[in-house]
Amino acid sequence: MLMVLGYNLGPLLAQSLLGLINGAFYALLSLGLAVIFGLLNIINFAHGALYMLGAVVSWVLLNHVGLGYWPSLVVAPLIVGAFGIVLEKLFISKLYKLDHLYGLLLTFGIALIVEGLARNEFGSSGMAYAVPESLRGATKLGFMIMPTYRVWVVVASFVVCISTWLVLEKTSIGATLRAATENAALVQSFGVNVPRLITLTYGAGVALAAFAGVMAAPVYSVNPNMGSNVIIIVFAVVVIGGMGSILGSILTGFGLGLLEGFTKFLYPQGSGVVVFVLMIIVLLTRPAGLFGKAT
Amino acid sequence: MQMGFTRAQLVAFAVMLLIIVISPMVVYPVFLMKVMCFALFACAFNLLIGYVGLLSFGHAAYFGMGAYVSAYAAKSWGLSAELSVLAGALTGGVLGGVFGMIAIKRQGIYFSMITLALAQFTYFLCTQLSFTGGEDGIQQVPRAPVLGFISMQNDMAIYWLVAGVFVAGFLLIFRIIHSPFGQVLKAIRENEPRAISLGYRVDDYKLIAFALSTAIAGAAGGVKSLVFGIATLTDVTWQASGEIVLTTLLGGLGTIFGPVVGAVIINTLEFYLSPFGSWVTVTQGVIFVLCVMAFRRGVIGELGAKLKVSL
Repeated sequence: MLMVLGYNLGPLLAQSLLGLINGAFYALLSLGLAVIFGLLNIINFAHGALYMLGAVVSWVLLNHVGLGYWPSLVVAPLIVGAFGIVLEKLFISKLYKLDHLYGLLLTFGIALIVEGLARNEFGSSGMAYAVPESLRGATKLGFMIMPTYRVWVVVASFVVCISTWLVLEKTSIGATLRAATENAALVQSFGVNVPRLITLTYGAGVALAAFAGVMAAPVYSVNPNMGSNVIIIVFAVVVIGGMGSILGSILTGFGLGLLEGFTKFLYPQGSGVVVFVLMIIVLLTRPAGLFGKAT
Repeated sequence: MQMGFTRAQLVAFAVMLLIIVISPMVVYPVFLMKVMCFALFACAFNLLIGYVGLLSFGHAAYFGMGAYVSAYAAKSWGLSAELSVLAGALTGGVLGGVFGMIAIKRQGIYFSMITLALAQFTYFLCTQLSFTGGEDGIQQVPRAPVLGFISMQNDMAIYWLVAGVFVAGFLLIFRIIHSPFGQVLKAIRENEPRAISLGYRVDDYKLIAFALSTAIAGAAGGVKSLVFGIATLTDVTWQASGEIVLTTLLGGLGTIFGPVVGAVIINTLEFYLSPFGSWVTVTQGVIFVLCVMAFRRGVIGELGAKLKVSL
């Protein structure tokens, strides 16, 4: 066994790998929040509910339509993304001229509706979602047995996050989007349809959340409460990272998952609060967040 | 024009007092006490959102912790009712002072997210600390006598205690809003940079307002725990925080009587909807959406606009 400073390194590595999986979900969710916040200037409180909706949709697709995991990974985000577009068109778009707080209150209301309906329909005990055939099994790493599916979650999330970042940083669509974030009126005057850009951005951010939901289904099982449990931690992640940079929100997401894993090993009772403690420390020392610009 | 009341407000206040006195003859007093606890809680919350423009999304932390400490004081220390409630208020104020110092480092939506995260932090602490009794909460809290000898066993006896705390808290908030201190708060809400340039230490004002609001929320929680004889995790959840936002929004942000009316409506709704489980949540969500989309002034705000008075 590996021993460092009297600690058995095996469980530490095992916990940090598990933490990395949570981190994968934090990263995907905080990335979507950051993209939406950048352009719409609202905090999407419904993000957790839409993440849950992604998982629920994939469960329904599997059990009532017969659509498996792989098609679901594309179809569920599309369905939820379309739902997001409808929400943006019908409700959110009407609030851009008002105080940002109303956007928060509206999306909170939407989250309550979505969650309440899901609980009515599916109860709150959670429904199992089998790991797809091709990702079953596990690898023996010596210090732990690593289920293949979990490796897939970390890799897939990382790839999606980095691709999103590349699209935003290196393509012309991304350049337009970043320009609109800086000055929407100016971009509009160049002939870009900014309202449509905003709608599609919201749809894309929501689709990211749903994608995370589909990935989460086999790990945490499908539960109407899964969104509200994670969204508050993701808010703390966002405060710690600061929403100034896309890369920052990805790094913070993975980093905090890891930190939670470490804490679970060193001081199990503390793993639930470590993110919040770090948030307090960051606010006291760097109020704008680790990657944020001072306002 | 006593205490800064306008004539319309004075009439409304008299009507409210009259309802408090008469309603226990027709409505179940325990329900009325619950309404008054949440009305006071909503008024405390409104002091921040309505008059300083700070949306705290974690006010349940102070309400719930106030409830825990009051319950603990009454049960384990054997304190009298008024001292137990005072202990709850003190808890809310101190916790609010500490959290406020952290949260006011950021503005706008960040402030909301931070208060929410700090409340969730408190929730985790409540599940871990031994004095809160974990999942069971603190049960069988005695209805401690007031001043040590006025028995509170009878529902109507404790009703007057709750009514007293509610009216005192309501008047205190009214007084704060209409004091020179309150005028500065409103200036901060309207234009923070300008308030700073006028030489006001904005952060100090915000912090004091925050601690005052959380202390009153703590008192409301304390009274609730004495009435129901129980303090549990329910009052510390983010759902409870959301509910008080909804109550205030529905009644009317920044109105004096709005939070009270909101509490009456929301608690009545919950009372009738509670057999239908999650439909309470769905209904709350629908009210949120309706209020934000079409009804931003809330019930009292709309009424005041119609009558051209500020209520």
